[in-house]
Amino acid sequence: MYRSHVLVCGGTGCTSSHSNEIIEKLESELAAKGLQDEIKVIKTGCFGLCALGPIMIVYPEGSFYSEVTVDDIPEIVEEHLLKGRMVTRLLYDETVEADTIKSLEQTKFYAKQKRIALRNCGVIDPENIDEYIAHDGYQALEKCLNQLTPEEVTNIVKDSGLRGRGGGGFPTGLKWSFAAKNAADQKYVVCNADEGDPGAFMDRSILEGDPHCIIEAMAICGYAIGASEGYVYVRAEYPIAVKRLQIAIDQAKEYGLLGKNIFESGFDFDLHIRLGAGAFVCGEETALMTSIEGNRGEPRPRPPFPAVKGLFGKPTNNNNVETYANIPQIILNGADWFKAMGTEKSTGTKVFALGGKIKNTGLVEVPMGTTLREVIEDIGGGIPNGKKFKAAQTGGPSGGCIPASLMDTAIDFDNLTAIGCMMGSGGLIVMDEDNCMVDIAKFFLEFTVDESCGKCSPCRIGTKRMMELLDKITEGKATLEDIDKLEQLALYIKQNSLCGLGQTAPNPVLATLKFFRDEYIAHVVDKKCPAGVCKGLVQYYIDAEKCIGCGMCARACPAGAINRTDYIAPGHKLASFAIDHAKCVKCGACMDSCKKIQAIYKK
Amino acid sequence: MLKKISKSPFKGTPEQEAQLKAVIEENKHDSSMLMHVMQQAQAIYGYLPFEVQVMIAEGMDIPLEKVYGVSTFYAQFSLSPKGKYNIAVCLGTACYVKGSQALLDELSKQLGIGPGECTEDGQFSLEATRCIGACGLAPVLNVNEDVYGKLVTDQIAGIIEKYKNA
Repeated sequence: MYRSHVLVCGGTGCTSSHSNEIIEKLESELAAKGLQDEIKVIKTGCFGLCALGPIMIVYPEGSFYSEVTVDDIPEIVEEHLLKGRMVTRLLYDETVEADTIKSLEQTKFYAKQKRIALRNCGVIDPENIDEYIAHDGYQALEKCLNQLTPEEVTNIVKDSGLRGRGGGGFPTGLKWSFAAKNAADQKYVVCNADEGDPGAFMDRSILEGDPHCIIEAMAICGYAIGASEGYVYVRAEYPIAVKRLQIAIDQAKEYGLLGKNIFESGFDFDLHIRLGAGAFVCGEETALMTSIEGNRGEPRPRPPFPAVKGLFGKPTNNNNVETYANIPQIILNGADWFKAMGTEKSTGTKVFALGGKIKNTGLVEVPMGTTLREVIEDIGGGIPNGKKFKAAQTGGPSGGCIPASLMDTAIDFDNLTAIGCMMGSGGLIVMDEDNCMVDIAKFFLEFTVDESCGKCSPCRIGTKRMMELLDKITEGKATLEDIDKLEQLALYIKQNSLCGLGQTAPNPVLATLKFFRDEYIAHVVDKKCPAGVCKGLVQYYIDAEKCIGCGMCARACPAGAINRTDYIAPGHKLASFAIDHAKCVKCGACMDSCKKIQAIYKK
Repeated sequence: MLKKISKSPFKGTPEQEAQLKAVIEENKHDSSMLMHVMQQAQAIYGYLPFEVQVMIAEGMDIPLEKVYGVSTFYAQFSLSPKGKYNIAVCLGTACYVKGSQALLDELSKQLGIGPGECTEDGQFSLEATRCIGACGLAPVLNVNEDVYGKLVTDQIAGIIEKYKNA
């Protein structure tokens, strides 16, 4: 028995801010005080509040220390763990209220969250199967194998209304029933952990924080559809997730929870990991399977659908990590329990990765139907530096954006589609007034141009042509006709591409055109970038009243575009300088040279 | 995606070749393990020179054309050597909206190389990378395994200095 447990976040975010060193220091300090048998240090998965990492929680008190440094550790050990006095100064300030400490669930960040897929993240040690089992782990699998028929399992999933969390939103139970129906000597269960959307890290956090729940869910799926083998395709960029998943698989095999005759039911199931190698298109299910087979990850035409002819030509069921993470809970608690959360057509919860211009960057899980305003203002803590919210980007390079005017939209699959956006896998990037929406559209298109596999021409050539039009717009060389052309081309690519990547690639452009057309027009007609981002349209100016006439900028200018004027500002001794915009190459060297006085600005 | 193909001569050692042969031997029965073998080969050599791709093709009994096709398809496979310190700037969305492009531009300027290139002394290579998932620390860059987060361009010179003579 330990009298205290110290949970330190070992997710990628906190590991990047050196939580491993904190754990080492904790262990050595505890040993030095002879407390190693009284206090247990546990490395967990992601707590969600990545902005305040590294994070650590001390139980039973539930004290939440944020932005902990190695130097803070001796004080925490001496004061809190030895003498029992919390170091209030280092606690997350939202939990400190006058003389009392609030529980984490009461803080704004956690209060509106409902953690189903993330239930064990930040709670258990992901490298210890016993902790998962103690949290009802593998009970759902046991229930399926010994009490339910495969049809019954599929029906529970169907009744729950669970829809694919990878972006498409296809009903999961229905998908399972397709694969179950097709008889074959061998079938496969595949888990898509190739989370390629930039800014999305839901699946990685689940694999890092609760890898056993994916193993359990895949085995349940195998039982339901009649498959004895499974593959997890995971990004090579996620080394921690890969390592923990491998440990989990090895432990499950050792406990007989994977392998032959699981729970003495006669059901066999084995699991393999395959690493991706950095190709966004491999998140598309047919491309993913082609990649597992050891080929260039090019998509295949559908039909035949994977449920008929999938991996190695056999019937295959493919879901993403977050979808699987819901399964054990649905089996244990029933379809009605799950359906009670969320909206009518989008049941349950959704995990979002909050990022960009928002105070509480991190991972949140909310019931479907929560409004964007609640997610951004209440949970996310709003926009930092007093800036104004402009838009939230969802669904990454396949998605769209939600402007401020639609902030009260209840987030679910159908509402987002109705406003010309999409749920996507759950990346939610917040943008403020300093972000140019044309530049953002260009950023995503650059991504898809780069990632287009080249198999079909609408995507390969079309996105490149769109890119050229956007280049013209951001350089101030476009006409209004180009905007129409861009729109037409976008619709054409959407309708004619082979796979999901191409069919959704124009979405960021279409969504920004829909909600921020005025910004496009400003670029084309006024030749101005309202946010001051597009380099080709920015003009540099010298504030004559602030300029002290030192001449640093003129010396820094590579184009000889800066010259002294006749004007001497009141209180200054030397005449000020001015920029000749005809000669200016917009390199910004002058602005860098004037950091002390800050007389140069861009507009 | 266009890839830079190295023109510098291949300098593999017999030890490296023995390691690669062992990996091939273990996996040659299963052609779906090709990517795994190539990932191991890149871990051994640091990149995938033509000579290594030939060894894999022959060892696995897979056409060279297919090995080359896979090596050029996936962003992770590099056809040119990397510097002793590979600086990878994350250009994922969260980092991008927080100004990571400016970090990359500043690195390019100070090192005198573009993304995908290596300095002449072999000390540094520069790379624009996809989301590494440390969005809470945006903007982020990696120098080999070390992560630097919440950066502004003024910190770039200090980071380069730290590795210059290391």
